[in-house]
Amino acid sequence: MKALEAENLHVSVAGRLILKGVDLALEKGKVHALMGPNGSGKSTLAFALAGHPEYPIHQGRILLSGEEITHLPPDQRAKRGLFLAFQYPPEVEGVRLRELMRLACGDQGQGFCDFMERYPQAVRRLHMEDLAERELNVGFSGGEKKRSELLQAWLLRPKVALLDEPDSGVDVDGVRVIADTIRELADSGTAVLVITHYPRVLEYVPPARVFVLEEGRISQEGGPELARAIEKKGFKVVKG
Amino acid sequence: MNQKTALQRGLSQRVVEGISREKGEPRWMLELRLRSLELFQRLPKPNFGPDLSEIDLSDLAYYVRSVEPVKSWDELPEEIKRTFDELGLPEAEREALAGLGAQVDSEVVYRSILEEVRAQGVIFLPMEEALKKHPELVRQYFMRAIPPEDNLFSALHGAVWSGGTFVWVPEGVEVKIPLQGYFRMQTAGAGQFEHTIVVAEPGSSVHYIEGCSAPRYTKAVLHSGMVEVFAKQGAHVRFTTIQNWSRNVYNLNNKRAIAEAEAKVDWVSGSLGSKVTMLYPTTILAGPGAKTENLGFAFARDGQHLDLGARAIHLAPETSSRLVSRSVVQGDAKAVFRGKVHVAPQAKGARGHVECSTLLLSPEAKTETIPTLNAETDQVELAHEATVGRISQESLFYLMSRGLSQQEAMSLIVNGFVSPILKEIPLEYSLELKRLLEMSFQGALG
Repeated sequence: MKALEAENLHVSVAGRLILKGVDLALEKGKVHALMGPNGSGKSTLAFALAGHPEYPIHQGRILLSGEEITHLPPDQRAKRGLFLAFQYPPEVEGVRLRELMRLACGDQGQGFCDFMERYPQAVRRLHMEDLAERELNVGFSGGEKKRSELLQAWLLRPKVALLDEPDSGVDVDGVRVIADTIRELADSGTAVLVITHYPRVLEYVPPARVFVLEEGRISQEGGPELARAIEKKGFKVVKG
Repeated sequence: MNQKTALQRGLSQRVVEGISREKGEPRWMLELRLRSLELFQRLPKPNFGPDLSEIDLSDLAYYVRSVEPVKSWDELPEEIKRTFDELGLPEAEREALAGLGAQVDSEVVYRSILEEVRAQGVIFLPMEEALKKHPELVRQYFMRAIPPEDNLFSALHGAVWSGGTFVWVPEGVEVKIPLQGYFRMQTAGAGQFEHTIVVAEPGSSVHYIEGCSAPRYTKAVLHSGMVEVFAKQGAHVRFTTIQNWSRNVYNLNNKRAIAEAEAKVDWVSGSLGSKVTMLYPTTILAGPGAKTENLGFAFARDGQHLDLGARAIHLAPETSSRLVSRSVVQGDAKAVFRGKVHVAPQAKGARGHVECSTLLLSPEAKTETIPTLNAETDQVELAHEATVGRISQESLFYLMSRGLSQQEAMSLIVNGFVSPILKEIPLEYSLELKRLLEMSFQGALG
């Protein structure tokens, strides 16, 4: 059984059809990459999979560990083990990262003591000592936001982690920390989908499977060599 | 026990004299009451704010003694005792307070003070008792910060005031844990007009907390309390009010502090209940270097009109004020914030900051921010910020994508929004406020 399957997904945004029949399957414990030029619908796919109300699914279905979640609200998807690391996580004033994670881990049945032990570990893991008690994303730099998203994934131990541009705006050291965390997530059994238009982070965590999204459809699918070819020659050449 | 004394309904010289006689007051107090009554009869209604026409002043009971004062909680009538138990007053008294006074309708029915605080020379008495035991001290302060002629409701209050607390902290004494007054309007159709005075002598400090509640009746009633704070040189007074009146109460209060040189006065106000509230805690910064912080939190729900504000009057150099308000408005409620900073010509180097943010939870919710910043000298720094927003759908989705239900996510966002004020409120209350906020989301979504 696949960790996540999307079948023939049709998704619109503000009345315009963006995804026109996407098929995608993610495997437990593996790192996958979703690549594609800007505007090809990568973030739309991420939001639709996570259940964003402004990204309605018109056709097709989504299965999480074999269970259909196509029309579940976002919290129900999260509770079943789906996680989305946002490309642009919003600033939430007055809500502390720790508080959110305590609630979210509690909702998932993780014990309070377990959380008290793991939160500092996660903070060290992602080099977030200065941000651990801060308000959620408020005043975080681009790189800090990315690390905060990965910290949340690490704590929540999802079955499926969708990481939307996890390395954009991150310096070289930061990319290494993020790549190590991605590898750790996969090693612990999470099916990871790294969404990126620029394959830098993939040098550190070679994907087992690469999907290329163009004009609302998966145009190519292949092994790690596909990512390398795209890096060398760009999307157009590969397509040709 | 439980013998009721109620004077006839409506307002007249006879009623006012009756209250004074009932209390066995000195002559000057009766004169103050009668002068106030005379002013009330000719002062105009407020020319701003909510519609007050529903209050029938001729049908209100101005003085009701429904419960006799007792020495221990157990002697209270069962219904009152149960109410106070549910409110957690006996527990708070044991665990978190230096003193507690509880008023039902017009009279204080229970009062206690920690022996060690009493031994420091602190006076903490029901106003009537203070008037008997320390008449000259009370006379020195009673309606000296807010005279009857100030406005219609200060005049009404002067005529019919009853109950409340007198607090006097001697020079240099620091009261480390808070004193509390609790006000309960119990009898249908009765008004409440308690008078609270806090005097902090030079270099002393005290935190006074007020809580209020009432059972719900259908008829509109009036609560018009008055608070006067006198912070002498270098003293620090913090005055916290958590108001959770039922939705038939018109809550029209006067609160004013006079801060002398280097004194600091903090007002912390949580407004949750009432049908209509008009409340504008004011600090007069009378001495050089005096400071005030005025923090307000309001949660207005269906049918409520909370007309709130804060004022700082800078009369001396190097004084500073910070007025901060956070309001959450739900249903068809309305929340208004009037932030006023006035700087007199002699108050050079004054600094004033007004900040008001409102979160609207529904399309029908209404809000208004009315800042007034006046400076009669150039050498001032005044700033004003106001924001009005709605719950961000992106934030809501973000939190839900972490597994929080819509209700959990909304209440987290709202709690986050009010957190700058909540963290200034004593823990027992801020937890209660958080719980009230969370409860109010149940069934409020759709």
